Amino acid sequence: MIPELGHFALALACVLALVQSVVPVVGAARRDVRWMGTAGPLAAGQLVAVAVAFGCLLWAFAVNDTTVSNVVANSHSAKPMIYKLSGAWGNHEGSMVLWVLILALCGGSVAAFGRDLPTALKARVIGVLGWVAAGFLLFIIFTSNPFDRIWPPPPDGQGLNPVLQDIGLALHPPMLYLGYVGYAVTFAFAVAALLEGRVDAAWGRWVRPWSLVAWSFLTLGISLGSWWAYYELGWGGYWFWDPVENASLLPWLVGTALLHSAIVVEKRDALKIWTVLLAIMAFAMSLLGTFLVRSGVLNSVHAFANDPTRGAVILALLMIYVAGAFALFAWRAPRLAPTGIFAPVSREGALVVNNLLLCSIAAVVLAGTLWPMFADILTGAKISVGPPFFNMATAPLAIPLVLAMPIGAMLPWKRGDVWGAMQRLWWAACLSLGIGFLYLAALGYPVWPAIGMALAAWLIIGAAADIADRVALFRRPAQAWQRAKGLPRAAWGAAVAHAGMGVTIAGVAGMGVATDTLVALKPGESARLAGYEWRLEHITDVQGPNFTARRAVVTVMRDGATVTVLSPERRTFQVDRQTTTEAAIHTNAMRDLYAVLGEERDGAGVLRLHNNPLAPWIWFGSIIMALGGGLSLSDRRMRVAAPAPKGATAPA
Amino acid sequence: MSDTAAPPPRRRRWMLYAPLGLAAAAGAGFWVMLRGLQTGEYDPRGVPSALLGRAPPEFSLPPVEPANLPALSSADLRGPLPSPIVVNFWASWCVPCIVEHPQLMRLSREGVPVFGVNYKDRPADGAAFLQRHGNPFAKLGRDEPGRVAIDWGVYGVPETYLLDRQGLIRWRFAGPITPEILERDLRPLLRRHA
Repeated sequence: MIPELGHFALALACVLALVQSVVPVVGAARRDVRWMGTAGPLAAGQLVAVAVAFGCLLWAFAVNDTTVSNVVANSHSAKPMIYKLSGAWGNHEGSMVLWVLILALCGGSVAAFGRDLPTALKARVIGVLGWVAAGFLLFIIFTSNPFDRIWPPPPDGQGLNPVLQDIGLALHPPMLYLGYVGYAVTFAFAVAALLEGRVDAAWGRWVRPWSLVAWSFLTLGISLGSWWAYYELGWGGYWFWDPVENASLLPWLVGTALLHSAIVVEKRDALKIWTVLLAIMAFAMSLLGTFLVRSGVLNSVHAFANDPTRGAVILALLMIYVAGAFALFAWRAPRLAPTGIFAPVSREGALVVNNLLLCSIAAVVLAGTLWPMFADILTGAKISVGPPFFNMATAPLAIPLVLAMPIGAMLPWKRGDVWGAMQRLWWAACLSLGIGFLYLAALGYPVWPAIGMALAAWLIIGAAADIADRVALFRRPAQAWQRAKGLPRAAWGAAVAHAGMGVTIAGVAGMGVATDTLVALKPGESARLAGYEWRLEHITDVQGPNFTARRAVVTVMRDGATVTVLSPERRTFQVDRQTTTEAAIHTNAMRDLYAVLGEERDGAGVLRLHNNPLAPWIWFGSIIMALGGGLSLSDRRMRVAAPAPKGATAPA
Repeated sequence: MSDTAAPPPRRRRWMLYAPLGLAAAAGAGFWVMLRGLQTGEYDPRGVPSALLGRAPPEFSLPPVEPANLPALSSADLRGPLPSPIVVNFWASWCVPCIVEHPQLMRLSREGVPVFGVNYKDRPADGAAFLQRHGNPFAKLGRDEPGRVAIDWGVYGVPETYLLDRQGLIRWRFAGPITPEILERDLRPLLRRHA
């Protein structure tokens, strides 16, 4: 009964979305206030319907309802409750329901918090969100119904991929989706602006919080995925330039550019066409990621259930939304003429540089990800594009980007001068160069890690210098505290996010000097790595809730004193006979000691030991970045209505 | 005011159509891939069908000097051979290669000839990798430009091929040889072609 209710709720949501995609938009075109007024209630109704459907799906997984084929395929009664629930969105059908739930949540929030939006713009935005929701709801209902019944019901489910039974992975998709879907809202704003033929400061003010929300969640989502790969795959690496990883990085790069160019639209009424294009591209990249991951057209180390038929439908949706929006863009964009004028050296100029570099990096990553596939169909050649290409091609773009970040943040609007900014930053530059050279000398001249460390220091110290400059810490220290309190949260947010990027880069630079070794040890024997002595005590059998495991106990000692005891495991899951490695990680915030248990033979266990300096900083930095985004979001300006533009309801 | 602003000059209008053109081209490409997936003409993981059952392409690779191993060329793979041969493409920068390394070591200890191609790697790094993790390779070629890998149709590293005693390619696997893959796929094939 409950699954039928969920199915019905999905159908209802689909009908509401279809109405939502027509009535408010037509109303906006005809300037009919009543038709436009339906947008809010329709969005709210769609949210309720999708929430009910998602609740029903969770219920089916929670009680392990084996008459639902999705539960049979992806769940098992022996699984802990948290993974039963996360299994609801750990598969294709459920993850699509989560996707539309978050989309409906965004539509509902635009309706609820958008009271200050011009009525026509609001109606159009919600209407465009309705188009997106309708497409994906039709896709779910016709090709991936999560409530399909199976009769007679099997006695129990077939389990979930044990690699996916993990708290990091339970949270990873919702975070990523919050990011992806957040870009659906900026996309809706861009399309609404094109329909309206108007982009102004008020529009920029509305796009900014949404791109901030999307960006913060996407940052967290990507970093959760990377963290999961780090501790669960047991390879000791954190980023493999795998196509699936690149697919999530692309919207982040474009979204970061959007975040910065929307500031220029809001403050200076310039870069309008470009910002609209970025908003469309950010969503296009999100959809492209979904397509690449779900259709099976690419080769990835991450296993997914692929289905070319579904891929065709996602491709159709992608083309309708993206090509449609680009066609609208080509037709209407000439109307969005810029009015703000600025000198090349200015805050605006710096943000243009930021945009160009970020988009170039995105283009390089996109080309590297897609080229092997296109080369295959065009010339039949099978080629591979690996980490050396990505590292080599992105570094020359990323380094100037990082160098420009603190300088750009210090330039004034309209017209600035680089030397003025450098005068206030010279001590930061000297300090970071010094840190880079210290790192170089202390660790035996690793060139790239040292450059990374200097850049990281430059970002962190540069962000501190920016804040110190704004509160006049050195010129008028007595009033600094008062000024700090008065400083807009957006300024704090920018400084914190930039510093967070610095922390992440420091972590990457630390991992650049990581060391590892592969040893076969008998109990009682020990190996040396990075100044530590790693002694294998014993290997025993362990019984888990739904798996059995071999667990090694490794004592790590330094100068005779025990630092930590690591227990890496190799787990075998009974239901599907799959084996996973559980890396044991000890962290003291400055380095990770990381051990993986391999196979055993002749009484000896093969252990892979890693010494990863500063590894936790990679993820810690991204949390700081997301916090910076949140801080910026709490700025008073975001909550206060934008000044009503002249002739807000003027015809397009 | 933006309503009355003049449109940009005509010669720049075409740029506004560039995103649409690119999206359309990409969409067409993806469509071809999806069609190919169903007909079997496009397979991102598959070996180029031309190579299965065929001898590998002609090549002659220089040695990885610091490793002190004989170099590898297609002459070493020409049949008749005393036993089937495993050819493994790897690199020191490749993390999954560390994962599969113990399985290659095991094969070489059991007497299976394992030949390596060090792909897009610096010789010193490749040799250091073998120094640290052990050397399973009887012969090792250096493919720094990645040219031979292209001829073989290597999609990425690690990638492993099995040649039978006639020197024909019988099996190809993209990704790390895990203990499961070794037991389930590779060993039965080694037995069959022995």
